[in-house]
Amino acid sequence: MTRAGWIRLLVIVAMIGALELACRLNFIDHRVMIPPSQMATALITMLASGQLNDDIVRTLGVIAIAVALSVVFGFALGLIIHALPRLRAALDPFFATYYAVPVFIFYPVMIAIFGLSLVPIVLMGVATAIVAMIIATLNGLDRIPRVLTKVARVHRMGRLATALQLQLPAAAPYLFTGVKLSVSYAFIAVIAAEFILAPAGLGRDIANAYADFNNRRMYALMLLVLLIATVVNAGLHAWDLRWAKRRGARPS
Amino acid sequence: MHGDVHAQFAGVTRVYPGAGGHAPVHALGPINVDLHKGEFFAVVGPSGCGKSTFLEVLAGLQQPTVGTVTFEGRAVAGEVPDGVGVVFQEDASFPWLTVWGNAAFGLQRQGTAPAEVRRRVDDALAFMGLKDFAKAYPSQLSGGMRQRVCIARTLVLQPRLILLDEPFGALDAQTRLLMGDEVLKLWRTTGATVLLITHALDEAAMLADRVGAMSARPGRFIEIIETHWPRDRDSTIVAEPTFGEITGRLWERLRGESLKALGHSGQPPAAALAAE
Amino acid sequence: MTAMRRAIDTTIIVIAVVLIWQGLARWVGDTALPGPAPTFSYMTHFVPSARFAENAAATATAFALALLLAYGLGLAIGVWMGAQRLSGEVGEPILITLYSLPKITLYPVILLIFGLTLSGKVVFGAIHGILPVALLTMAAIRNIPLVYLKSARTLRLSPWQAIWNVLLPATIPEVLAGLRIGFTVTLLGVLLAEMFASKDGLGFLIINAMTLLQTKEMITIAVVLFSFAAVANAILLWIEHRLHRRV
Ligand SMILES: Nc1ncnc2c1ncn2[C@@H]1O[C@H](COP(=O)(O)OP(=O)(O)O)[C@@H](O)[C@H]1O
Ligand SMILES: [Mg+2]
Repeated sequence: MTRAGWIRLLVIVAMIGALELACRLNFIDHRVMIPPSQMATALITMLASGQLNDDIVRTLGVIAIAVALSVVFGFALGLIIHALPRLRAALDPFFATYYAVPVFIFYPVMIAIFGLSLVPIVLMGVATAIVAMIIATLNGLDRIPRVLTKVARVHRMGRLATALQLQLPAAAPYLFTGVKLSVSYAFIAVIAAEFILAPAGLGRDIANAYADFNNRRMYALMLLVLLIATVVNAGLHAWDLRWAKRRGARPS
Repeated sequence: MHGDVHAQFAGVTRVYPGAGGHAPVHALGPINVDLHKGEFFAVVGPSGCGKSTFLEVLAGLQQPTVGTVTFEGRAVAGEVPDGVGVVFQEDASFPWLTVWGNAAFGLQRQGTAPAEVRRRVDDALAFMGLKDFAKAYPSQLSGGMRQRVCIARTLVLQPRLILLDEPFGALDAQTRLLMGDEVLKLWRTTGATVLLITHALDEAAMLADRVGAMSARPGRFIEIIETHWPRDRDSTIVAEPTFGEITGRLWERLRGESLKALGHSGQPPAAALAAE
Repeated sequence: MTAMRRAIDTTIIVIAVVLIWQGLARWVGDTALPGPAPTFSYMTHFVPSARFAENAAATATAFALALLLAYGLGLAIGVWMGAQRLSGEVGEPILITLYSLPKITLYPVILLIFGLTLSGKVVFGAIHGILPVALLTMAAIRNIPLVYLKSARTLRLSPWQAIWNVLLPATIPEVLAGLRIGFTVTLLGVLLAEMFASKDGLGFLIINAMTLLQTKEMITIAVVLFSFAAVANAILLWIEHRLHRRV
């Protein structure tokens, strides 16, 4: 690990330690926050008892569905929009604005239309994630070097072989960045949707525990959600970095 | 020393059709030239004169507007003929494959037996001095090394005609001389016909049996100069007086054309300035 | 000419969206989703009303304060992490990790600390905004080409002259990009806070309308917020592009 890495670890440990101490010494009221060690033990007991399994499966499942839909349809839409330059030019202002407007504010409208079920939550996940995938696809397609089509003809490759063996691998790192963003965005949107209003799920659990003044449960669940999100994001980020490093920043 | 005709341009012209309100571009020709079997032919000319167009028409990547191109007696029509290998001006190495994977690409596509693929790829990498980099990815290599990867990728298919489009354009002058030696070695060992496109007069003069000096657009051969170099030459011939004569001769023919390509009227720059 | 055609194409898409809305309204029924025409007529009554004005003012106050806090802290952290290499290396991955976390989970903590007050909303909004501002400011400072600093020294500029004439103009476009993204996510943070638990604000109003099945009101608020964010973003983008061209 690098020097900065060690220092970072030290800083994080020190911060958790300080929080622990502050809670134990009652600088922080236990009605506001419980010590991190108690969050962890509460989480472990809850996980061991199996009481969280349903909600974990439900929330992660919803996120997985939202990501899968976003990636598949985002990629397909990206291909179509890329093939139609005029449509693309017309859509450009929308893409530039999309992540600047609070799309999430439409969640209540979705509930009004589809009722309080999984559908509005999945839709919010897709609505938040899909545009990132479309933009990443367009970006990846733009960056396929033109010389590859000539190489394909030298090797007498057909349309399909060219697409699968040359164009797809050339665009792959950009597509992966799209997948990474889709996961991160879908995660945020699904948890937020559950938090605001949902029949069940980890986000809803936290909100319920808050409403019940059950701090142990609330902080344990919070820790769980943040841990899952951190691990998933860090894993995807590391993979992205490895890929980028292998591919290098090539002038095209 | 003239062998059989290997490839032939007969009255070839190439006009890029004007698209989206642009006027059509007459890029090349008319061109009449024979490439002999086993010869090293170089084309020099100012940038934008039609050199790449010349190469791509021969490779079957573009159709001549008028005239015909033949390779080994058969007309080249809309498809890259078997036995032709191309190394492009742009870096065309595949960044997602290792050096070995790049070199093996064509053979694996043809479904060659794995043992045979391994043997030929290892040979090609050794020949191009890439043996120690077989597991590296192109992004870990310099620009010159990446072009070698592309040459190796072509070489394994054992082409009878090798087309090189300014493969060393981005390299520094010394590295270019050394890469020139490699290309000479390649040409001698494979016995293939080599067409090298370049914008560097010294490179053309040093490497080729014949050098075609191309005019500003539309590209035509103003003169084709024979160098009479021995077959087992290398870059040390740049010290010979004949080398200077050939380079001087080429510059004499191309100076006016290069000025035209820069937008001058063919007068020397001082006169052009004074006229304004 | 092409700009004209693009504007026409964009308008066609807007019209298409309105038509899809209309179609959807027909399909699911007027109570679940009112069509464009009834919504716009409702908008003309609702937006000038006192209830809308009060709640919009509450959101605006929280948003303005949150933005002030996010910009101040974000810029300070960004400058510090940009100028001090080591702290930048230590802090950057932490900030990136925090940026991609679902921060809504932390809102109960803020509620436990601040209760249902203005400060809660402000802090929660600011938490969202600080991160992009700090990250992009740091990147801007780190990306200053070394040759600029050398030039400043060969020109014998005083430290203040160097900051004013070289460092500031060199970093401003990227810093501004950070401020623009900070604007967006701070607004989102404030709205999320209001949607989850609040006594006032447009986010509160939209959830309130949902429980009362007032779909017209919900869509009206969403459209107003959309338009505000889009216009603000367009203005900030425009400034950014102008500065980019100059530098
Ligand atoms: N696809 C094309 N459409 C129109 N003009 C082209 C196209 N490709 C090349 N040209 C023009 O044809 C001329 C010759 O191009 P090229 O053969 O690439 O020149 P060179 O390789 O000698 O630099 C140039 O002036 C170029 O602008
Ligand atoms: Mg060329």
